[in-house]
Amino acid sequence: MKKYSVFAIAREAMRGHKGWEEQWSSPEPKKEYDVIIVGAGGHGLATAYYLATVHGITNVAVLEKGWLGGGNTGRNTTIIRSNYLYDESAGIYDHALKLWDGLSQELNYNVMYSARGVMMLAHNVHDIQVLKRHVHANRLNGIDNEWLSPEQAKEFCPPLNISRDARYPVVGAALQRRGGTARHDAVAWGYARGASARGVHIIQNCEVTGVKRAANGAVMGVDTTRGFIGAKKVGVVAAGHSSVIMNMAGVRMPLESYPLQALVSEPVKPVVPCVVMSNTVHAYISQSDKGELVIGAGTDQYVSYSQTGGLHILQHTLDAICEMFPIFTRMKMLRSWGGIVDVTPDRSPILAKTPVPGLYVNCGWGTGGFKATPGSGHVFAHTIAKDDPHPINAPFTIERFRTGRLIDEAAAAAVAH
Amino acid sequence: MLLIRCPYCEEERPELEFRNAGEAHIARSANMAGESDDDFEKFFFIRSNPKGIIYERWRHMHGCARFFNAVRDTVTDKFIMTYKAGEPKPSKLPKNSNEVVAK
Repeated sequence: MKKYSVFAIAREAMRGHKGWEEQWSSPEPKKEYDVIIVGAGGHGLATAYYLATVHGITNVAVLEKGWLGGGNTGRNTTIIRSNYLYDESAGIYDHALKLWDGLSQELNYNVMYSARGVMMLAHNVHDIQVLKRHVHANRLNGIDNEWLSPEQAKEFCPPLNISRDARYPVVGAALQRRGGTARHDAVAWGYARGASARGVHIIQNCEVTGVKRAANGAVMGVDTTRGFIGAKKVGVVAAGHSSVIMNMAGVRMPLESYPLQALVSEPVKPVVPCVVMSNTVHAYISQSDKGELVIGAGTDQYVSYSQTGGLHILQHTLDAICEMFPIFTRMKMLRSWGGIVDVTPDRSPILAKTPVPGLYVNCGWGTGGFKATPGSGHVFAHTIAKDDPHPINAPFTIERFRTGRLIDEAAAAAVAH
Repeated sequence: MLLIRCPYCEEERPELEFRNAGEAHIARSANMAGESDDDFEKFFFIRSNPKGIIYERWRHMHGCARFFNAVRDTVTDKFIMTYKAGEPKPSKLPKNSNEVVAK
């Protein structure tokens, strides 16, 4: 792997940019690997990267049915924050946030992590109580989060409408300054480049069609559209399709998959300096470095794999955005799309061993997995390498739905990731 | 937005009038307190989440307000049929849906 630097740019400028190498190779699949990761999204590629860098396991294949980073990694609204209520969630999301800081240097790839602040709005007394509870819980866990008055919120985000006549008046806000955004594609590409350079095989257009198990129940490998590939350890990181893959291994999951939509506006000059979210009216917005307003909408109410979603969901979100930011009422929306998110009953992820020996699963990130990418990959690599969870992901088992030890972020922050 | 046929009103109406109520044909135990943890987990949390044909409940919230069941393809979101609550899970789906059923 040639290092990217200002000198590399200068050197290539002199040579007509003919010396850039491919960022990752596309090898033919081998017959057998030590570890197979199903799904080349951010979480899967990060897992492969940390297997190689932290645990020295490089005989790894990442199988992807489509193209790398083409699922939810390329469809999310790129928001990063760790202001979750419960200790377990705070642990894993803040682990990720600490890795975001410095990730560009680690990967030698600009993931454009920008700690521009995530501000969550309160519109009524109940919101104030909930958000203040979050502020205090976060501080006890060493996570920055502070309370702002409406005027302070307006100062932090000038286009915000804090008029008392607003349909959803702003009565306060919680601000996590370390929160922000990153470039989603670059995260997948950076991890892919780093993993590939250490010998990991990234195999695109290779759909898993079955999971083979030995007589004793342990995993032997996977059937794919490019033939059988053997491995004693298989990690399933397939987002909306995780339950489909797990069913192939005979494991039924506490998951349901829903379409989640997002949209972007025409690009404009910098106007939204931070991320603004409102759980109550369900709207959130930030501005990409290209200048597009990036807006996240809600999920549809029914199980679907169609990657579309209903128009009324977008309209509902845009109604709220236009109330909070009257200056955007005449903006043109450029594109909208949907991704399929796998949602657990308590809205917390599952990163764990499974009842099948050698089979591991990292799923259930629901509507908010992007922010966790580095932390998720880091602890999931540990889980696979050691056949034992890292202390940070130890609470995120499948068994919690039998024992009742839920991590009930659904009750704490049901929406807006 | 989906168009959904309510089997009670016998009319196709826009999705906005309906609430999805999750997977259908999950029987609640008559003796809930006697359920084992495994069986309670299956009843309460485990879902089939199929990529293909799903049997699901809907409620015609802003119409007759009654619950009914539907068969839908989760890849195309196309409804294959709807039927009244309490009717058995259809063993055969209508002929014109052969293509989807084959999946």
